[in-house]
Amino acid sequence: MAHERDIDALTGTATTGREWDGIRELNTPLPRWWLWLFYLTIIWSIGYWIAYPSWPLVSSSTVGLLNWQSREAIITDMDALKAQRGPMVERLLKSSLAEIAADENLSQFARAQGRPVFLENCAPCHGTGGGGARGYPNLLDDEWLWGGRLEDIALTIRDGIRTPQSKERQGTMPAFGRDGILKRPEIEAVADYTRTLAGIAVESGANLELGKKVYAEACANCHGADGRGKRELGAPNLTDAIWLYGSDRASVIEGLWNGRGGMMPAWAGRLDESTIKALTIYVHTLGGGVR
Amino acid sequence: MSTAATKSMTLGEGGTALAFAALAALSLIVLAQAHTPEYSFHAFLFLAGSAAAAFWILNRYFERPAALPPLTVDGLPNYNFGPVKFATIAAVFWGIAGFAVGLWAALELAFPALNFDLPWLTFGRIRPLHTSAVIFAFGGNVLIATSFYVVQRTCRARLAGDIAPWFVVVGYNFFIVIAGTGYLLGITQSKEYAEPEWYADLWLTVVWVVYLLVYLGTIKRRTESHIYVANWFYLAFILTIAVLHLGNNAAIPVSLFSPKSYIVWSGVQDAMVQWWYGHNAVGFFLTAGFLAIVYYFVPKRAERPIYSYRLSIIHFWALIFLYIWAGPHHLHYTALPDWAQTLGMTFSIMLWMPSWGGMINGLMTLSGAWDKLRTDPVLRMMVVSIAFYGMATFEGPLMSIKAVNSLSHYTDWTIGHVHSGALGWVGYISFGAIYCLVPWLWNRELYSLKLVNWHFWISSLGIVLYITAMWVSGILQGLMWRAYTQLGFLEYSFIETVEAMHPFYVIRALGGALFLAGALIMVFNLWRTVYPRGAAKPSGRVAPVADAVPVLAR
Repeated sequence: MAHERDIDALTGTATTGREWDGIRELNTPLPRWWLWLFYLTIIWSIGYWIAYPSWPLVSSSTVGLLNWQSREAIITDMDALKAQRGPMVERLLKSSLAEIAADENLSQFARAQGRPVFLENCAPCHGTGGGGARGYPNLLDDEWLWGGRLEDIALTIRDGIRTPQSKERQGTMPAFGRDGILKRPEIEAVADYTRTLAGIAVESGANLELGKKVYAEACANCHGADGRGKRELGAPNLTDAIWLYGSDRASVIEGLWNGRGGMMPAWAGRLDESTIKALTIYVHTLGGGVR
Repeated sequence: MSTAATKSMTLGEGGTALAFAALAALSLIVLAQAHTPEYSFHAFLFLAGSAAAAFWILNRYFERPAALPPLTVDGLPNYNFGPVKFATIAAVFWGIAGFAVGLWAALELAFPALNFDLPWLTFGRIRPLHTSAVIFAFGGNVLIATSFYVVQRTCRARLAGDIAPWFVVVGYNFFIVIAGTGYLLGITQSKEYAEPEWYADLWLTVVWVVYLLVYLGTIKRRTESHIYVANWFYLAFILTIAVLHLGNNAAIPVSLFSPKSYIVWSGVQDAMVQWWYGHNAVGFFLTAGFLAIVYYFVPKRAERPIYSYRLSIIHFWALIFLYIWAGPHHLHYTALPDWAQTLGMTFSIMLWMPSWGGMINGLMTLSGAWDKLRTDPVLRMMVVSIAFYGMATFEGPLMSIKAVNSLSHYTDWTIGHVHSGALGWVGYISFGAIYCLVPWLWNRELYSLKLVNWHFWISSLGIVLYITAMWVSGILQGLMWRAYTQLGFLEYSFIETVEAMHPFYVIRALGGALFLAGALIMVFNLWRTVYPRGAAKPSGRVAPVADAVPVLAR
């Protein structure tokens, strides 16, 4: 050894006598508290191994004295939840939507179940409060594209809008410009005319005569001669202040030119029957439900 | 040493130049045949890089004197600090880049519009860019720089190899460029902390094996009879990272001409291998490697002996043995079998004291020198780093307990935990080492201790803001996720928990901004140290040296 063992003056502890680049080492014994805590963690671990599944065997593992398994633990937890919700869920399944809505207890339960379901699944498009966004209808008002009665809402949730599985929710706004049905001046004129139906002031040069004519030929079929729309086709009411894609001239022209046809996914299969019922009640009571 | 010796090319020079020429040819073929433009860009980088390397090696051969640099000058070791300087500069550069990208990622979480709908700026791409830049680019270069410095000084021997050390530092940084540009371009194998694809992994394997050989070669050359403790930790780091890298990245490429590969592991086995890798990257890269820095730079700076040699032996072997088992605690309550979860948790608990052994040895080394904390902000930074290490290695075992983990898992608490380790422990010990290394390497006095003080306080404030925000947000998040109403339904939707996080995300970004600001102060300070205005003051620590107790930069 290159150096004599010597004593560090400041601490009075012996060094190991070695030195590297000026660094020496004290030969301080292991701190007792450190060593005992280390032993304690080892003892605790051995105890845990005895109590719980721990060491692998050839095709299984030690099971532990407590006989605990995470699979059984989750089954127990789920059973407890089912037991807590169970009787009310049973009643939801057995009752019609109208019966649920009429029963204060049951509808309160349905709303409690529907709220997180709505927030998890619907809020990304319709907003956390159901207020909607451009292209995603507001669910708080009583203006409904496809109907706001309980059965209408349930059908929309189940089959979605313009999905392959939906039989009743297929109507789309044609692309009048892109598909060459109308010419540009006709589209501009009918856009102006449509906006007047909602009481919006248009520019003085607007050709409302032409617009009216085009409307009668191309639009009245779905939106009605008076512009009040047709729910069975999903054609919106054009006379109110609610515009899914905006009421400014450019947005209306864009809709006429490229058509409109937003989709909503079908939730049957993704959500179970009692959840769909609960969600229907929740949406119906957001503010716009129609009796 | 004969001056008349005829000049001849060494096997290393000739072999490496040839290998690079062959790699350039291969890269050209891949460039021509590549399936995607992103991959041909990488083939181009390989072509340009290997051609430049071959040219540099030949040019260096023609420029150099006939004899290679001697191992000793006048009986003193002739240290090779060029590669150390390179890695030190790279560490500082990547550090700033990594912190800045981290700040941007944090801002995107608070204000998602900041990704500007650009694919390469989306969180999914810049998050791995951030983690890799700070862990592997910043941390990795710090480890390579300090290990190449420490191994020479504590073995009193010149670094083994002539081309090899340069191959390690430049090759490693080339890997970082490939990895980083790959993330931005969307090339990833989607394994956390191991995102680079097969060809980058292969390149890193070659670099890493050479790193190991250079390290072992230097230790073999040592003129000290014993191997200093810092070198045990560096060796454990280098060796284990090699094993982890090979195990976790075992993949079969779709084609030589495609960046895509398939990992050989699947399902829960893949998850287990991933976290065996992931947790031991923390254990051996971010713990063992940086403990090696503690074991050299703290006694050096405090000018005190290591507190306990015995503790260093026991905690080293306990740490090495126990850490490798702890990975499954990342997979609590998953498809991983219960027994593996139990082992992961209990080994994490047993790891507590071995981890703290490093903290005790680091902190207690200051006994008799605590007064230096008042006057030396560099030492203070390193001591606070060890305190963060102690905190993070207590928090880790705590979070590995299944009952705690059921609350903390998948929440921001994990992010807070990681960053108290990353910013506090790894960041501060690295800054401390860099503040020591730069004056020693360039033989200058540090430009300003006052600026180190500013760096320390600004970034400390940043760290405190960061980790407290993430603790609060994480626990809040965990509690909101598990809250049930009286009727047995979720109290909060996921989207409501995201909304609740917003203020904490803003505070976290502010903390990150302060940490980056501190690091920028460091860059200025180092710049002024290396390029002083007026006459440079030498630090008194010149290579080659044989002084037993060298003068420290003050």
